[in-house]
Amino acid sequence: MTSTTPLAIDVSARRVPPLGGLNPTLLKLELRRLLRNQRTVVFTLVIPVMFFVLFGVTPSYATKHVDNSHGNAAAMIMISMAVYGAMLATTATGASVSIERALGWSRQLRLSPLNPAAYVFVKLIMALFIGGISVLAVYVTGIVTRKASMPTSAWIWSALIAWVGSLTFAAFGLFMGYLLPGENVMQVLGPGLALLAFLGGLFVPLDSGSLMQQIGQFTPMYGLNNLVHAPFYGRVEAGWVVNVVIWLVVFSSGAVWRFRRDTARV
Amino acid sequence: MTSRTQQATGERSRSHGPAAVSLRGVTKSFGAVQAVRGIDLDVHPGEIVAFLGPNGAGKTSTIDMVLGLSRPTSGSVEVLGMAPREAIGRGLVSAVMQTGGLLKDLTVAETVEYTASLFASAVPVHDVLRRAGIEGIADRRVGKCSGGEQQRLRFALALLPDPALLLLDEPTTGMDVEGRRAFWAAIRADAALGRTVLFATHYLEEADAYADRIVLVSAGRIVADGSSAEVRALASGTTVRAILPDADPDTLRLLPGVDSVEVRGDTVLLHTRQGDDVARHLLNHTDAHDLQITAQGLEDAFLALTGHENDAATSGSTAAQESSR
Repeated sequence: MTSTTPLAIDVSARRVPPLGGLNPTLLKLELRRLLRNQRTVVFTLVIPVMFFVLFGVTPSYATKHVDNSHGNAAAMIMISMAVYGAMLATTATGASVSIERALGWSRQLRLSPLNPAAYVFVKLIMALFIGGISVLAVYVTGIVTRKASMPTSAWIWSALIAWVGSLTFAAFGLFMGYLLPGENVMQVLGPGLALLAFLGGLFVPLDSGSLMQQIGQFTPMYGLNNLVHAPFYGRVEAGWVVNVVIWLVVFSSGAVWRFRRDTARV
Repeated sequence: MTSRTQQATGERSRSHGPAAVSLRGVTKSFGAVQAVRGIDLDVHPGEIVAFLGPNGAGKTSTIDMVLGLSRPTSGSVEVLGMAPREAIGRGLVSAVMQTGGLLKDLTVAETVEYTASLFASAVPVHDVLRRAGIEGIADRRVGKCSGGEQQRLRFALALLPDPALLLLDEPTTGMDVEGRRAFWAAIRADAALGRTVLFATHYLEEADAYADRIVLVSAGRIVADGSSAEVRALASGTTVRAILPDADPDTLRLLPGVDSVEVRGDTVLLHTRQGDDVARHLLNHTDAHDLQITAQGLEDAFLALTGHENDAATSGSTAAQESSR
């Protein structure tokens, strides 16, 4: 057999796609997958809105003014549930990489020009999107039910902090998604997040100086929970910012470390 | 079979194009396990090459290196004159893997659209759906597709960048006879356009029917390389079996046309292309008795070529059994 069969394909004319393969179609289809996933919808919309209505709107204490704050109990609980929903949403989105790894989709993508970093970027965009929807859903419920009361600036700032701050948990989700095997990572992470929410004072405010508070202040939701309520109470502590920054660094480094290991060519 | 090792370098490669795949002294170890023990291989543009061998022969390890999914422990891998990752980035190499690699929550058409969007340029979505024969199930969720349909979807994805080289790793595993035939018809039609195809298989008849060239691997090495007809010539031949106490395998190996010698107690088995000559020698010049001559099929050759190297024997026979189904 001769080796002169002409190649029908002009090798030299081939290009590498710009932006590591990032493109609008990719974002559109990833978004469609996200909204198609009923579990995500339940996590991000139904649970936080339901909790808010149950514990923040219907009880008799809802319209009571909270001591040393600019608003009432309904507003405080609305902020808590918004950030809780956003954290669930971003964690679930980040953790979805574990499903894709289990299905072999990550490997399939490595046979395409898509840069692994661009892929993680897409996941972060999706996490921000779904986290934003979650915050929005709780706040719209707060507006419609007319119980929550606080200054307009506190509405806006708390929503923004909840949204952007939930990115910490997108990093957490990615870290876990690359660390844990299998398709059911969220079944482990769901209860884990609830525990962290208790330790962070998200469900029940922590009494200052209590053992729970002593332990809780080192856990990842503590800083974000306090920061997100800062516009409501009108005060900020440096320790909250330190907590958020440290956990962001821990989760991001973990995610980068596992991601590198996952995409390493051995 | 010696003229295949042309170096794809310098001006020559400019005029003829570089080799589609070029492996030089490639080895791959996983800890203490040596999966690939030194492979040199050139696949030329337009060839359809079967990478044939029993399970565990090193086929998938080699394909992973050609795809840039792993690095060789030593040696070099070039695809179309460039590093594997670079060729992938330019959409020059595609692969159809055995299983997995699909998202269940997307439809068939969405999966193709998703993958198409990642390349600098891609064949239109409905074109590849048609060529893979899955336009009728375009709106079906991937999770609801049969194994054969999923495999044709993987093939559709592989066609998207219009690759110069297509790698198929055990592509018809789990397909029924009908699906297998349809799949290979699509591949052949496609290869006629000048695409290079390298496929790994442990189905002998698949290699025989669809490849221009068969590279037989065993225990991480190439044990035979040639056209289908040439490998079949190796396959034809006979096994001479006789009772011969105190047989010396090294002496027997020197007999006319003997490829392999096996001693089982007092029984010797000789594989040879000159069965009559061997039989004559044994009866005239040794104490051999109870002599039997049997013609050897393709499967026996496969076993003879891949099986006599230590640990590969058992997996070799498994592969042959599977291939005879």
